[in-house]
This record gives sequence, structure tokens and C-alpha cells, in this order.
Amino acid sequence: MCGIAGLIHRGRVGDVGREMTDMLQALKHRGPDSTGFALYGKPGGNDFVMRFKVAEQDDLKTGFKIHDEIKERKATVDKRLKELGVKVADAEPATEYAFRYRIQYDGDLKKVADYIEDIDGAEILSLGHALELVKDLGDSTTVSKQYGLGRIKGTHGIGHTRMATESDVDIRSAHPYWAYPYNDIAVVHNGQITNYWLMRRQMERLGHRFMSNCDSELLAVYVAHHLEQGAKLEDTLRESIKEIDGVFTYLVTTKDAIGMAKDSMAAKPMVLYESDDMVCLASEEVAIRAVLPQEIDTWDPYDEEVRVWRA
Amino acid sequence: MAGVTTAKKDHASHGMGMHTEQLRGRTQQRFFDLSEDHERLSYPDAFDVDFNKRGEIDCAKLDPKDINIRLREMMKQGFGTIVLKNPGAKHSVGVGILNRLNLIVEGSLGYFAVGLLDGPNVRIKGRVGWACGENMLAGTIVIEKNAGSQFGAALRGGDLVCKGSVGARTGIDQKGGTILIGGSTGAFSGFMMQRGRMVVCGDAGKNLGDSMYDGIIYLGGKAQSLGVDAVPAEMTALDKDWLTRKLKMYDMLPAKGIGHFQKIVAGKQLWNYDNLEPTEKKLVL
Repeated sequence: MCGIAGLIHRGRVGDVGREMTDMLQALKHRGPDSTGFALYGKPGGNDFVMRFKVAEQDDLKTGFKIHDEIKERKATVDKRLKELGVKVADAEPATEYAFRYRIQYDGDLKKVADYIEDIDGAEILSLGHALELVKDLGDSTTVSKQYGLGRIKGTHGIGHTRMATESDVDIRSAHPYWAYPYNDIAVVHNGQITNYWLMRRQMERLGHRFMSNCDSELLAVYVAHHLEQGAKLEDTLRESIKEIDGVFTYLVTTKDAIGMAKDSMAAKPMVLYESDDMVCLASEEVAIRAVLPQEIDTWDPYDEEVRVWRA
Repeated sequence: MAGVTTAKKDHASHGMGMHTEQLRGRTQQRFFDLSEDHERLSYPDAFDVDFNKRGEIDCAKLDPKDINIRLREMMKQGFGTIVLKNPGAKHSVGVGILNRLNLIVEGSLGYFAVGLLDGPNVRIKGRVGWACGENMLAGTIVIEKNAGSQFGAALRGGDLVCKGSVGARTGIDQKGGTILIGGSTGAFSGFMMQRGRMVVCGDAGKNLGDSMYDGIIYLGGKAQSLGVDAVPAEMTALDKDWLTRKLKMYDMLPAKGIGHFQKIVAGKQLWNYDNLEPTEKKLVL
């Protein structure tokens, strides 16, 4: 069934790492397989944050050789970044197989992404000025602790707890999805897309890449495609409801906004809380209560409803 | 099949407008009838309580199962008025209560709140999630704020009241009772409604009353569209009296009265309203 959540602090920076951890932990019962976060810190000048992995968590169980392979893949990433003229200002290992680099580069980011993902097992999880995208197997508290997310401060974020129905239990199929190759755009989704293969083929013909067989990835690619064409986020979300079949509610984040779209059957849940300082939304109110325990007014958006909130 | 009676005679429920169909053949359906009082069942888990005996449960550190166990223990001890504090929008709280009880919830509840009830009066000061009051047989549930989707799914009796707005598919498969909504309702409300009444003071989403078999929907605002086989009907004096009385009872009567309400019923063109049971239909075909 999956759980999705998001929050946005209006006009200020908050404890988005801790808050999203608490919200997603409250949604653990909706999806215990994996948890993912897309958190937006304060943009730090012209530097990019690149989150990438060179293996799956499950790969570590495949034998002793994998540890050497991970080191080799990581070395290849470093070598290729150097070749492209990308300066690594800061490198942090989050886990043995996932890394966070702060990089300086003024060339074509798609070229960087494609060159890195050409390495066996490598996948860029996110690339942007403000976006920190982390996903791994386990519940919210486990993943948050593993990657030190509790200390991240920022303006907004979205997250996902996954119950795998359409594809494997691995990091590749976990949400959020980064909208490759566009900076600072991520998507989380609860539902099923029934014209996934048809839409995927359309997107592939337009030159977009898919890293998984998870239907949710389509939403990220679809949104990225339309934003690239110059469409506004709100119009893109509205168009997606017409073009994409199935039952779904999904959230999109950009560097300064969160968008929400709900399908025409209103079959997947979403609860909203909105005030002058904060917007909080989740599959279930119990997640909102994890950060706002006081008495508040909440409501369900209706079918085909599209909303966009700015930080 | 001993003890099963068929519904051949006119029932009080027909006169009250709760349903109009006359079921015949081998149906095992039995409708509400004053003469059936002596046959009422009693439940093994129904407790005799005293409304003046009041207690509280702090739900903050309890999971839903523990809250429900604690409720049952208190009812067993005769508590007739129980206040739930800090409910934190937890799911499945207060389900399966089969006796008289004043249950006051000081906050919001999550999914499947107070479902499968038969008898209690519940007041929820916050909001509820999906499927509140599902399958209620008797009693009242009053929600002060908004409610999620599937509000009153398969409701069979009692009054389910939301003073705010509700989500989609309100009263899906409603089989009796009354649903009252102070605000608006979402798409597919009254889907496959079979009996009972639904009152929406505000607007309704698309496909209102889609595939309804019977029952009545009163709508104060506008419907985005009516569903298949849902048709407008004339408001009778009985409708107006009932609607006024019911809305007054919950302090929800609009200042401008009920003159603007419209009545929606089943057109009964979608299904074959013959007297054949499915097995008999197969033989005919």
C-alpha cells in the first residue's frame, strides 16, 4: 500500500530531517520494505550535492568479492569525475555502498550522470543544489540513523515508506525518485499506474532513461520531461492526471516547492494540514500528529485535486 | 432454515421511507418491524453500564489494541461514560462496542474509527480518517470536524454525523441508517447505496448515487454529476418534515431552511428488479 508524506516550512528553515523521520516512522505499517527521503537544505552557493550508490544493500550478502568490487567502482567514479573536470569539494561515505559528494561543476550535468551510471552497479540517487536524496532498506528510524538525517535542517522534504508490489525490494526500486537529469526534483508515489509500459515506451522514445521497473519512476521521468519543456509544475501535475491511468496520489518537490496530485478516482489517501508557517501532508493523519500533536484542522483533498505550495 | 421468516407483509420501515423495495421469493432478508422486538438478539460481549459512572483513558502511550482492551475492561466494570484523551489519530479505536455507552473522544481518530457499533453514542471532537462508522447497526456518532473517505461504508443503522466535510465514496454500500454531512462530500458518494438516507448540506463530487439500488440522498448544494441510475425526485412533505427534524436534532439546520435541498433516488433502470434469485435466474437463462 505504501505511505507518503511531506512538509514545507514557509519562509523559514526547520528540522526537516528529524520531522520527516518521525512522520515516516508513523507510516511504517503502510510499507516496511524500504524508506526514502528527499530533503531540501538551504542551497549552498553554486556547489552541487551528489548522492550515489555503487551497490545494493543486498549485494553485500553475495560474498567477499563484493567489498573489493565496491572499492573498485567507487575508484572508477572518482576517476571519471576527474576526467570530466568535476571538482569534489567534499566526500562523505554514508554507508559502504552509498556516498555523498559536494561537487563543483559548470558543464552538462546529464553527461556527468550518464558517465557515472555507465559504471556497473552505480546509480545517482540525486543531484542538485539543495536536494539530499537518501533511500535504503528498513524503516524510517533505521535509515535516518544510518545516514545521519536527523541533523539536516531545511525548508521542505518528502518521503516514502514502501510496500513492494510491482517490483523488487531493493534501493533501485525504493522512492523517492530523482527526476534525472534535472536538479533538485524528486517524486514519491502511492498507488499503481496501469498504463506504465505504454507511457514508459513513450518516454524512452523521447530519450529518457529508466533505472528500475517500478511504475513510480515513470512519474519522476514524466514530470522532468514536462518541466524541461518549460511547463509549470501545477500544469504538469494537472496534465499527469489526464495522461496517466491508475489509482495514485503523488508528491513532487522542486528546490522551493511541493506539489501534490490525486487521481480521478480519489482511491489513494492523503490528509492535509495547512497554516501560515507550515504545510504538512501524509497518507494518514497519524503521521502529521507525529510532528503536530496539538489539536489542528486537517482534511482530505478530493479527486483530481492538484496543489502546489511554495517555501 | 428454521426460524427464518420472509418479508411478505408491509413493514413499518416502508412507511418511514427507509426503503421501498418489496423482496419476495426465497430471501432471508428481514426488515425492521415493531413486531420483531421480541426476537432481538443479545450479544455475549454486551455489558450493562451506568451512564453516571465516568472514566478516562489516556491514549498517548497506548496502541489501538490496548485502548480497545481498556475500553472493554471499563465497560465490564460498568463505566457508561468514557473519555478518550490524546487519541493521536490512531486507527481502529473504539470498534465493536455492542452496548449502550457515552464515548467522548477528545481529539482525532484514524482509519476505521468506531466501526461495527451497535448501541453507543460517540462524540469525536476532532477529525476521523477513512471508513469511520463502518457497518454500524445502531447508535450515534457525531464528528465535530472533517472526515476521510468511505465515511459510513455499509452503514446499516443509527446516525452518523460529520459537521465538516468528508472525502470520497461516502456511504458506499449503505444499507440503512442516516448519514448527515454539514459540509461537502467527494466523488462516488452513495455508490451502490441500498437503503437508508444520506444528507449533504454542501456540494457533492462526481457520480453522486452511482448504481444506487434504493435509499434517498438529500443534497443542499450542487453535485458535480449524478451517477448512473441516480435521478432527481420530488421532495414530499414527509421528506421536508424528516429533514428539518433530523438537521435540528444535530444543530445543523441551515439558517435559510431546507427549501434549497434536492432529493436523489434510484431510477431503478440499471438492474433487473424482478423476483428471481440468482440461482433461479440461471435456470431461466
